[in-house]
Amino acid sequence: MENLNAAGFPVLSLITFLPLAGVVFLMTLRGDDHAVARNVRWTALWASLITLLISLVLWVRFDLREPGYQFVESVNWLPDYGLGYRMGVDGISVLFVLLSTLLTPICILASWDTIKDRVREYMAAFLILETMMVGMFSATDFLLFYIFFEGVLIPMYLIIGIWGGPRRVYASLKFFLYTFAGSVLMLLALLAMWHQAGSTDITVLLHTPFSARMQFWLFLAFFASFAVKVPMWPVHTWLPDAHVEAPTAGSVILAGVLLKMGGYGFLRFAIPMLPLASAHFAPLMFALGVIAVIYTSLVALAQEDMKKLIAYSSVAHMGVVVIGIFTFNIQGIDGALFQMISHGIVSAALFLCVGVIYDRMHTREIARYGGLGDRMPAYAFVFMLFTMASIGLPGTSGFVGELLVLVGAFQVNFWLALLGSFGMVLGAAYMLYLYRRIIFGQITRPDLKSILDLTPREMAIFAPLAILTLWLGIYPSSVTNFFAASVSAMVDNHAQAMNVAAHAIKLAGAAP
Amino acid sequence: MNFEVATPEIVLAVAALVILVVGVVQKRDTSLLCTMAALAACAVTAVLVIRTPSETGYNNLFISDAFSQFSKLLILGGAALTAILALDYNHKQGIARFEFPVLMLLSSVGMMVMASANNLMTLYMGLELQSLAIYVLAAFARDDIRSSEAGLKYFVLSALASGLLLYGISLTYGFSGAMDFGHIARAVTDPDVHQAAGVSTGLTVGIAFIIAGLAFKLSAVPFHMWTPDVYEGAPTPVTAFMSTAPKVAPFVVLLRVMFGPFGHVAIQWQPIIILVAIASMLLGSFAAIAQTNIKRLMAYSSIGHMGYALIGLAAGTETGVRGVLLYLLTYVVMSAGVFACIIAMRRRGLAIEKISDLGGLARNDLTLAVLMAIFMLSMAGVPPFAGFFGKFFVFEAAVNANMWTLAIIGVLTSVVALFYYLRVIKVMFFDPAEAAFDSRPGSLSFVALATGAFTTIFLVFLAPFLGAASQAAKALFG
Repeated sequence: MENLNAAGFPVLSLITFLPLAGVVFLMTLRGDDHAVARNVRWTALWASLITLLISLVLWVRFDLREPGYQFVESVNWLPDYGLGYRMGVDGISVLFVLLSTLLTPICILASWDTIKDRVREYMAAFLILETMMVGMFSATDFLLFYIFFEGVLIPMYLIIGIWGGPRRVYASLKFFLYTFAGSVLMLLALLAMWHQAGSTDITVLLHTPFSARMQFWLFLAFFASFAVKVPMWPVHTWLPDAHVEAPTAGSVILAGVLLKMGGYGFLRFAIPMLPLASAHFAPLMFALGVIAVIYTSLVALAQEDMKKLIAYSSVAHMGVVVIGIFTFNIQGIDGALFQMISHGIVSAALFLCVGVIYDRMHTREIARYGGLGDRMPAYAFVFMLFTMASIGLPGTSGFVGELLVLVGAFQVNFWLALLGSFGMVLGAAYMLYLYRRIIFGQITRPDLKSILDLTPREMAIFAPLAILTLWLGIYPSSVTNFFAASVSAMVDNHAQAMNVAAHAIKLAGAAP
Repeated sequence: MNFEVATPEIVLAVAALVILVVGVVQKRDTSLLCTMAALAACAVTAVLVIRTPSETGYNNLFISDAFSQFSKLLILGGAALTAILALDYNHKQGIARFEFPVLMLLSSVGMMVMASANNLMTLYMGLELQSLAIYVLAAFARDDIRSSEAGLKYFVLSALASGLLLYGISLTYGFSGAMDFGHIARAVTDPDVHQAAGVSTGLTVGIAFIIAGLAFKLSAVPFHMWTPDVYEGAPTPVTAFMSTAPKVAPFVVLLRVMFGPFGHVAIQWQPIIILVAIASMLLGSFAAIAQTNIKRLMAYSSIGHMGYALIGLAAGTETGVRGVLLYLLTYVVMSAGVFACIIAMRRRGLAIEKISDLGGLARNDLTLAVLMAIFMLSMAGVPPFAGFFGKFFVFEAAVNANMWTLAIIGVLTSVVALFYYLRVIKVMFFDPAEAAFDSRPGSLSFVALATGAFTTIFLVFLAPFLGAASQAAKALFG
């Protein structure tokens, strides 16, 4: 270990690989099936809870004024080739690490009773997934990032494919192939940048100038990878399939964390490393973002399946994120980050809400429900809270992100802000329509008459998410403080790079 | 004369003959004893390979350097792993005979000679020794019609390929006046010998024939036709053997010949290699989709893998050679692992080889299913497994050499290939369970676990392997 970090111990490696140690332990459990399943659940829960506890060190010890990487770890892996094991978090990534460590125990709790088959493999897949997610957000080496980025696909593929719905094979294959096809092109970008810079250290890459022509191609490669992940229209089609077929916890982690990988990738690589190409492609990204917001919101309005509706709403929300990222101003990027964190909590909670009634009735068809408010008041309350947060009601976390992005977009272009704000209007339409059809009215279906309200376990799952949703809505600066320094540094660097480029063009024009 | 250079080959050949004598003299079944002796011989030879000094011998016919050492260790490793695989299989199939390890050793001697060839004649001798032993091995289940067919098919087509190679050698000799690699290189670059206008057509044709002959052994497109049939028909351990060491030897020979004697006329052979690489990658990924037999699937997969490895050769740089060597290393280990899993597919004493037979394996035998899944993902090039790093370093060479077409076709075909690898995982994990397999013998578990562990944690120990591959590549470029 070359550099010791603020925590005094390699905290990032610890939270990255602790779940993996849990997996090893899971595999050694022996006994009859029932006992193994019980022990496996508890082991997985404890492994993820301990990880969560350790990750809180990041929250407490993070220096809010420092724009660069903190808790840095570095081990020379292949020093001759500029490849290393480098970990660190800055304001942009630290909250995603915390989001991942928070959602994993929630997912494990959410699958406590519903997963009865192959529990050992299931819990192992979730813990491996946690390792990959945390590793991906903490990697400060491009190759290491890529390894974790791709590694995420393997456990998710198994989660959808083994414990998913009737079309799980199709959905899991589509999920894997879509994202893999995007990522391999990024691999070529990685190789080209490595060749140019002689290192895959992200800090080194940031200070390596790439020619405008090279930036153009590199951006396209990044776009292929991250646009699929975000997902942006028109490469979003894998997402509704994956969501519908995935088990509840799979959808939670997919919407909560995996969708953030694309936006994070743009912020980590495309914007700071390729400023010229990012500016060049910004109009295209705005257009795709606006299409995603309006088109997928309309599509959501027409859905008959609850999960599909929320999946399309995720695409729309991610469209807002993309718009925010490419405004290149502080409000826009702050808003995009905030929206990602907020969406990570709210959409995860919404999928859990779907899971609650799916576990009872085994259908996600909206028309099969109605009047649940009578029998399930606590559920109706929780669902209402997250519906409002998804719409972006002031006082909930959803409001802050959308508002900031729209303020940022307004500085760029009035029409962009106007079209982007349609998302909020349409969001209100489809979410309230969904809520009305499920909760309000009279119970007409006989089998709904005996449906039970939330169990204590379910309440325990929703409680932290509800608290966070309100907290972020009422006291947003507790979160924005984390990324303020990093974002303003990024925006300054971008403006500087654009100035240098403009100056160079002016000089070239002035020359005889 | 310097006999020391060839000590490993001499020792291994003598060991093979001694084992043969022991097997003939002993009346009882000595296949286990002979295999163990063969493994010991491989180990001793490996130590000798490491200790052999880097120099040439036998009037420049034979060379030992870091490149040949790396290749030989790989060859010995592949042969040893597959010899272990054969133990249980041959016994259960009733073909446990002591000749098996002996033939494997003799074939390995041939391959090691190829890796050390410094003269076209040495190359040819090594290649023939390797091939002759494999003809017999392919037909080793002599009562099985498919095995006999595989042996015959491989023999006829391989003999044709040897003919092509020999023709190429004679053309090269005719137009450069030499057999020795060093002399050919000088002759090719010397303006007095060949026309000032460029390389003579005859030499180019000779190079093309040499490539054709070696590409056949590699099963690269368009010389791949034998591969699926022979892979399917041959006894599975022989298939495993054919997809490991006998892929390494022709490849390293190809590298040595292309960068040694023909290094200065790269412009003549590069387009051929690029075409062969692209065609192999495309066929290897698309043709495999429709396969239902796991051995045929692996045949197409190996065609594709050779395409990827050829990218490194096409790049024509030291980086490329390093990439190829690393690729071959990961490929040999993964292949041995996959075939260990395939040989473990056995129900009520019968070997089965349909992909659908793997149905629901994860329920019956999670360890085997996870290992197989690791090998499949690794072959597809999904990180963090070893196969990813093989691909990573050959694509690096292509990108550094600005061969974008090759690199882009390479990564896109790897997505197509991922489809059929994922299908195997799908069958094992998502499909309803078939009847359980017979219990696995320890030898198979050993190979599968060892190669699986290697594939998984390869990235941690990448540095020494990459260092060795760099050394070897540097040696090739002098």
